[in-house]
Amino acid sequence: MTVHHHGFPATRRLILKGAGSVVLVGLGNIPLGFVAVSAAANDKYPLDAFRQKSEAEAIKSLYGRTAEPSDEVKLEAPEIAENGAVVPISVTTTLADVTSISFLVADNPNALAASYTIPPGTMPSVANRLKMAKTSNVTAIVEAGGKLYSATREVKVTVGGCGG
Amino acid sequence: MASTIRVRATSSGDATEVQALIQHPMDSGFVKDANGEIIPPHFIQQVTFEHDGTNVFVADWGTGVSEDPYVKFSFKGGNKGDDLKISWVDNKGGTDTITAKIQ
Repeated sequence: MTVHHHGFPATRRLILKGAGSVVLVGLGNIPLGFVAVSAAANDKYPLDAFRQKSEAEAIKSLYGRTAEPSDEVKLEAPEIAENGAVVPISVTTTLADVTSISFLVADNPNALAASYTIPPGTMPSVANRLKMAKTSNVTAIVEAGGKLYSATREVKVTVGGCGG
Repeated sequence: MASTIRVRATSSGDATEVQALIQHPMDSGFVKDANGEIIPPHFIQQVTFEHDGTNVFVADWGTGVSEDPYVKFSFKGGNKGDDLKISWVDNKGGTDTITAKIQ
């Protein structure tokens, strides 16, 4: 399969390839075939955060601080998900100066599901579809003004979305 | 060659709403096939949305994003007829890109 690297400087790719190999060495629990290299070639892909099992470790890796629950983070998720493979989850917030939004599913094998960069001028609202292995808390994290805010809801899952 | 990326970007007022649907298996690496073998992870890791030379949105995805992933967001600016470029890269180095017009 042809690999395309649109516009990535060769030296950066070389350096980051080395970094990717270092990352792979210490991983005992990642299935074979999980290639870190191409992801590391992109700006800021938070590989380490996606590798974490727990929500707390993922948030720590991603943001380096903890979040406080906030009413201004409005998380929308179904109360019951009929199909855990496709659960529509969205968040919006009235907080100002939002720079990042992330979604975590506490009881998934790796809690961090998605993380979005919100540049200036982009609305602090995201809708996406996540996999849920089983009934779990879903948390949205909003980084605003340098602080972290969160909202959590439990989503019941009748048919698990990890194929297990 | 058909793109894996379907996008609708609509401008109303001073905001542009973007919806993207991308064809991709998003295999997590946790699922076994009929023979009991693990299906290797194969999932999009990053999607960038670029308008007027800057990223207006970047999605970093892990194994918890559904197959044929969908995402919706809005950004200020963007006029009808402007280009919006969307590119993704997955964990195997696969990529695709599309440039769509804002409607």
